[in-house]
Amino acid sequence: MKKNWPLWEVFVRSKNGLEHRHFGSLHAADEEMALENARDVYTRRSEGVSIWVVESKHITASNPENNGELFEPAQDKVYRHPTFYTLPDEVKHM
Amino acid sequence: MKKENLIQYIYGIADNALILGQRLSELCGHGPNLETDIACTNIALDLLGQTRCYYQYAAQLSGDKVTEDDIAFLRTERQYKNVLLVEQPNVNFGYVITRQFFYDVFHLLLLEELQNSDDEILSAIAKKSIKEVSYHQRFSSDWIKRLGDGTEVSRKKVQDAVNDLWKFTDELFHLTEDDKNMLENGVGVDVSLLKEKYYQVINEILEEATLIPPELKWFRKGGKEGIHSEHMGYLLSDLQYMQRTYPNMKW
Repeated sequence: MKKNWPLWEVFVRSKNGLEHRHFGSLHAADEEMALENARDVYTRRSEGVSIWVVESKHITASNPENNGELFEPAQDKVYRHPTFYTLPDEVKHM
Repeated sequence: MKKENLIQYIYGIADNALILGQRLSELCGHGPNLETDIACTNIALDLLGQTRCYYQYAAQLSGDKVTEDDIAFLRTERQYKNVLLVEQPNVNFGYVITRQFFYDVFHLLLLEELQNSDDEILSAIAKKSIKEVSYHQRFSSDWIKRLGDGTEVSRKKVQDAVNDLWKFTDELFHLTEDDKNMLENGVGVDVSLLKEKYYQVINEILEEATLIPPELKWFRKGGKEGIHSEHMGYLLSDLQYMQRTYPNMKW
């Protein structure tokens, strides 16, 4: 079987002031190629002003089997959301 | 300065972009992998965009209902003024990259001079294209190094391509009658002066890629005069098929 290049995760900042967001993944032989490929695959319609790439193997992911103990306890604690006061219209990005 | 000289001069620049773009677009869906496939077709689209700017200008100069499409699709083989290099077939990825590299280095040097042209439109197109072409050169040089300094197989393939395509590089620096005419009028670029810098850049990158520049005394020419290699007819039959089969069709 043909050996694939390693997988990379791509994060793009779409404009200054916003955070980098996960855009997708791609294959590349090294970090330089990963950046160039990311530029061609994910920013060709001028989606970005900055790119981060990280090899997928460096990402530690939570195990879906543990979702119960990790996430469910938060579901019945509505008081942890800042929803008990009204936001002025002028406040954006909330 | 005659209008016809200027039109021919524009073809001399724009046809290279059209034909190289056509060659690259043949890779659409056929690239070595998804990422390089998209990269190559991106470059093809950049080149096509540049071609359109030039052809729109040439069409405007030609007057009388001539459109950019007429120029792109309805000329005969001998009326295309692209160099032989850009019409050479894809063969394998090593050839695609080498052809691109040989053209990109020239293209960037050309545009850097063309932006100083007295012709405002040509100068503006050159300025707009420089960023795109800088990226093309970065992409192709990078791949030359990867393939050259890669595995035994990749090195052999790209060295073969370098050996084979080298004979088409000298033509880039030949001055046609239209070139000379435009040069006298402050519009054109003296491409013969780009030669030294060109081979300097090429040789530096080949060296970094551990590739050997061929020692060649004999070069091919003709494209600039409309005398093309055997591949051009096939390329044009693909390129022109729709307009020839369904005249005046629109998307």
